[in-house]
Amino acid sequence: MMDLGYNTLLVATGAGLLGIAAGVTGAFLYLRKRSLVSDAISHATLPGVALAFIFMVALGGEGRNLVGLLGGAALSSLAGLAVVQWLTRRTRLGEDAAIGAVLSVFFGFGIVLLTVIQTLGAGRQAGLETFLLGSTAGMLRADAIVIAVGGALTLLACLLLRRPMTMVSFDAEYAATQGLVPARVDMGMMALALAVTTIGLKIVGLILIVALLILPAVAARFWTERAEVVALLAGVMGGLAGASGAVLSALAPDLPTGPIIVLVAAALFTLSLVFAPERGVLAGAIAYMRFRRQVHMRQGLLALAHGHRVHESYSRRLLGRAGLIRADGVVTDQGRRLAAWAARDERRWSYLRSRPEGAALAARYDGLTPIEDLVTPDQLRALDDAIASDGAGPQARGRVPEGRS
Amino acid sequence: MGSEFVALSLPPILIGCLAAVACALPGNFLLLRRQALIGDAISHVVLPGIVVAFLLTGMVSTWPMMLGAAGAALVAVALIQIVQRVGRIEPGAAMGVVFTTMFAGGVLLLEQSDTSNVHLDVQHALYGNLESLIWLDATGWHSLLDPEALAWLPPELTRMAVVAALVALFIAALWRPLAISTFDEGFARTIGIPVTLLGLALVVVSAMAAVAAFDAVGSIIVIAMFICPPAAARLMTDRLATQVWISAGLALVSAVLGYVLAGYGPLWLGADDAVSAAGMIATVSGLILGGAALFGPKRRGQSG
Amino acid sequence: MTQAAAMMSPLPSEQASAAVPLPLKVRGMTVSYGATPAVFSADMDIAPGAMTAIIGPNGAGKSTLLKATLGIIPRLSGQVEVFGQPLDRVRARIAYVPQRASVDWDFPTRALDVVEMGLYRQLGLLGRLTRQHRSLARDCLDRVGMADFAGRQIGQLSGGQQQRVFLARALAQGADLYMLDEPFAGVDAATEKAIIDVLKSLKDEGRTILAVHHDLSTVPDYFDNVFIINRSPVAAGPVATAFTETALQSAYGGRLATGLLDQLFPSAGPAPMPQPFPTLDA
Repeated sequence: MMDLGYNTLLVATGAGLLGIAAGVTGAFLYLRKRSLVSDAISHATLPGVALAFIFMVALGGEGRNLVGLLGGAALSSLAGLAVVQWLTRRTRLGEDAAIGAVLSVFFGFGIVLLTVIQTLGAGRQAGLETFLLGSTAGMLRADAIVIAVGGALTLLACLLLRRPMTMVSFDAEYAATQGLVPARVDMGMMALALAVTTIGLKIVGLILIVALLILPAVAARFWTERAEVVALLAGVMGGLAGASGAVLSALAPDLPTGPIIVLVAAALFTLSLVFAPERGVLAGAIAYMRFRRQVHMRQGLLALAHGHRVHESYSRRLLGRAGLIRADGVVTDQGRRLAAWAARDERRWSYLRSRPEGAALAARYDGLTPIEDLVTPDQLRALDDAIASDGAGPQARGRVPEGRS
Repeated sequence: MGSEFVALSLPPILIGCLAAVACALPGNFLLLRRQALIGDAISHVVLPGIVVAFLLTGMVSTWPMMLGAAGAALVAVALIQIVQRVGRIEPGAAMGVVFTTMFAGGVLLLEQSDTSNVHLDVQHALYGNLESLIWLDATGWHSLLDPEALAWLPPELTRMAVVAALVALFIAALWRPLAISTFDEGFARTIGIPVTLLGLALVVVSAMAAVAAFDAVGSIIVIAMFICPPAAARLMTDRLATQVWISAGLALVSAVLGYVLAGYGPLWLGADDAVSAAGMIATVSGLILGGAALFGPKRRGQSG
Repeated sequence: MTQAAAMMSPLPSEQASAAVPLPLKVRGMTVSYGATPAVFSADMDIAPGAMTAIIGPNGAGKSTLLKATLGIIPRLSGQVEVFGQPLDRVRARIAYVPQRASVDWDFPTRALDVVEMGLYRQLGLLGRLTRQHRSLARDCLDRVGMADFAGRQIGQLSGGQQQRVFLARALAQGADLYMLDEPFAGVDAATEKAIIDVLKSLKDEGRTILAVHHDLSTVPDYFDNVFIINRSPVAAGPVATAFTETALQSAYGGRLATGLLDQLFPSAGPAPMPQPFPTLDA
C-alpha cells in the first residue's frame, strides 16, 4: 500500500484530536441533556454533502474536494439544527420528536440527492457513500491533512470555550449574572458539536459520529461528580477511542474505522458502567443489598422491641442468622439486648425530632443511622438527661385544638 | 399503461402505504410518551439483528432475519432500560449509547463475515429497494382477480399486509389501556392496568412494524413514518382518536405522493431516471410536518 | 411499650379489625429512592367512613407513602391490605386522584374523556361506551361543577378545574376508598370548597377518604383523623387526640412557624421549656 504509514499517522492524530474535542463537547452536551441533538445534526449533513458535490460538478470541478463537501455538510446540518430549534420552540412538539423528524427527513432527502447524483454519470458518486460509515482506506494525503488540522482547530475552540460551557451547564442563571449569555454559550456548544460532526464524517461516518459525542461523555460521568473533571475524562476517553480505533483499523483489513472507534468507546463505557466506584453498577448493587439488609434488620429489631410479630420473612431470616431469634421464633438474650438498643435509639431520635433546637440534627434522621454515630458521648448524655427530666413525656405539654375534644 | 402500472407501480405503492401506516399507528403513542426516538433506535439495531441471524443460519431468508431483527430490537430496548435505570443516565443519552454500539457491532460483523456473495449491505438496510418489488405476472387490472397471477404477488406485500393488520388490531384492541396509561401512568396502575407490560408490548409491536417495513423499504422511511405523520397530526387536533386517524391518512398521502414524485417527478423535469422512492417518501412526510408546524390549528402547546 | 409506639396505634384492636376489615391497613412499609429511606417502617390503619389527612413537612414521604400503598412505586418492605384483601383483588373499590404535576397536560384528550377513563374497570377492553355511561360521566362532571367544560382539552383548564376533573374521574369509578394526593395544592378557593363539599358528601355515603394534605390550618375543619409522618409515623388517630402541638413539633421540628401553632392551639400558654440540652449542630 502506498505510504500507509504516514497517512495512518496523520489520520490517527486527526482522529485522536477529534476524539478529544468530541469527548469534551459531548460532556457539556450531556450535562445540558442535549446529547441526541447531535444525532439530528449528523444525519442532516447528507443533503449538504450531496448538494456540494452537485454544485462543484456544475461548476465543472470533479466534485470530490473534501473541504467543499464538508462545507456543504456544515451548512445543511446548521439548517437541520435550526429546524430542530424552530419545531421545539414554535410548536408543542417535544425535542425528541423534532430530532427524529429532522434526522429522518434530511437523511431521506439526502438519499434522494444521492440517487440524483447517480444519474449524473456512472461512478461519479463513488466516495460519497463512504460518508455514511466513514472510511480511511485509500485516503488522500490532502484529506488526511484536512482532518488533522480540523481536529486540532476544533480542540482549540473547545479549550477556549471550556470555562463558559462549564459555568452554563452547571448553573445557567448564575452564569448569566457573571455576564455570560447562556443562549450564546449554548450556540457555541452546538457549533462545536457541528464542527466535530463535520470533521468526523470522513473517518467515522454520519451514522456513528454521534457515538463519539455520547459514549465518552456518559462513560466519564460515572467517575466523578465535577463538571470539569467529566469534560477532562471524556476528552481522554474520546481521544483514546479515536486514535486507537484509527490505528487498529489500519492494522487489519476489513476493520472499518468508524465502527472500531465506536466499539473502543463502547468498551470504555461498559467498563465505567460496571466498575466505577459509587455510580457503577457493581458498587450500586452492593450498596443496595447492604441498605436492604440494614432496613430489614432495623425493622425486625424494632418489632421485637415493641413485641410485634416480624412480618417480613427476610427480616426473620436476618434475625435468625444473626442469632437474635431462634428457629421457633423465640427471642434470644442477644436479640433482646439489641432490640432494646434499637428502641432506645428510636426514642432518642423521636425526642430529638420533637425539639426545635434539634432540627439541624433531626434533618439527618433516616431511620437507620444510630444517633451515637452523629453526636459525641457528652452530647448524648445531655440528650438522655433532657429526656429523663422531661419524664412526664411530651404528651404532658400537648395542647388540644379548640372546639374539638 | 394499465398493465405496466399494475405490474411495476401498484405493488411498491401498496407496500409503501402499508409500511407507512404500520409505523405511523404505534408512532402516535410513542410520540405522546416522549419515546419518539425509540423508532430511531429500533431501526438502527435491525442491522446487527439480521447480520447475526444470517451468521447463525448461513442463509438470506426472510423469517430468520425478521426474528433476528425483532430479537435485536428487544435486546436494545432492554439494554436502554438497564443503562438508564442502573446507570442513572438520561433516556436520550442511554438510547444513543445502545443503538450506536449495536449498529457499530453490526457493521463490523458484516465486514468481517463473508457476505460478499449475498445481497446484504448497509445501503440496502438504510434505504431499501422499494422500486424492485414488482409483480411480473400481472398483465393488467384484471390480474387482481386472477388467482394464478395473485399467487406471484411479491411476498413482501403479503407480509407487510399481515403485519399492518396485526398492528392495527393491537392498537384497536388495547386502545383504552394504551390511552389511559399514556396520559396518566400512576392512575393506570391503580386501576390495575399492567403499565410496564403494556409499554413493552407497544415497543414490541413497533419493532415488528419496523422490521417488516425495513425488509421492504429500508429503515429511513421507518423512522420518518414513526414520527412525522403522528407529529403533524398532533398539531392539527386535540383528540386522540382524531389524531390517530389523521396520522394514518398522512402516512398514506406521504407514501403515494412520495412514490409518484420519485418515479415520475424526474421525468416531468426532463431527466431519465427515477430517484429513491424511500427517500422521497420521507421527504414528503417532512414537508407535510413542516406545513402542519406552520398552519396546524393546534400547533401551539400549553406553554408556547 | 414506648410512648411513640402507643401513639402509633390509634386503632389497636386487631380482633375488631378481623371482624370488619379496615379499608386500608399497612404494615412495616419502607420505601426508598436510592440509599436513604423516604418512608421508614410505617404502619397505618385507616378507619372506615371517615376522612383522614396524611400530614407532615415537605419531603416527609407523604406522597411516597400513598403511591407505594397503591403499588405505583415499588416498596422495599411492607404489606398492604385493602378491605382485608390484597390490593390486586380490590382495585375496583379504590379511586386515586394523583398530584396534578404527574400528568401530561399536553395529551390530546377532553375533560369528558378523562372522566370516562374512570369507567375502565366497568367497560374492560372492548366494552362499548353506552349512552348511560356517557351520562354517568356527565353527572360526575356536574357534581364537581364542571358540566359546561366537558368538551375542553384538558390542558386548557385552570389548575383548579383540572383538579375537579380528576375528582370527577374518581367519582365515576364508584369506589369505596378514595385516595387523593394533595387535592388542594395550587387550587383556587372556590375549587377548594367544591372539592371539600364533594368529599364530605362521599363520607356521608359511608365512603372512606384518605388525602395527603399540607395546609395545617384547615385540618380540624376538613378531617376526622390525621396520620402524621416524617419518614416514619409520628402520630395517628382522631384529630382531637392525635393532632397535638407535640405531635406537630415532633414531625416538623423547627420548621413550624410559632404563629401557626398559636393559631391552631390558642387555649394554652407557652409550652413549658424542658431541661435544655446543648444545641446540636449536625
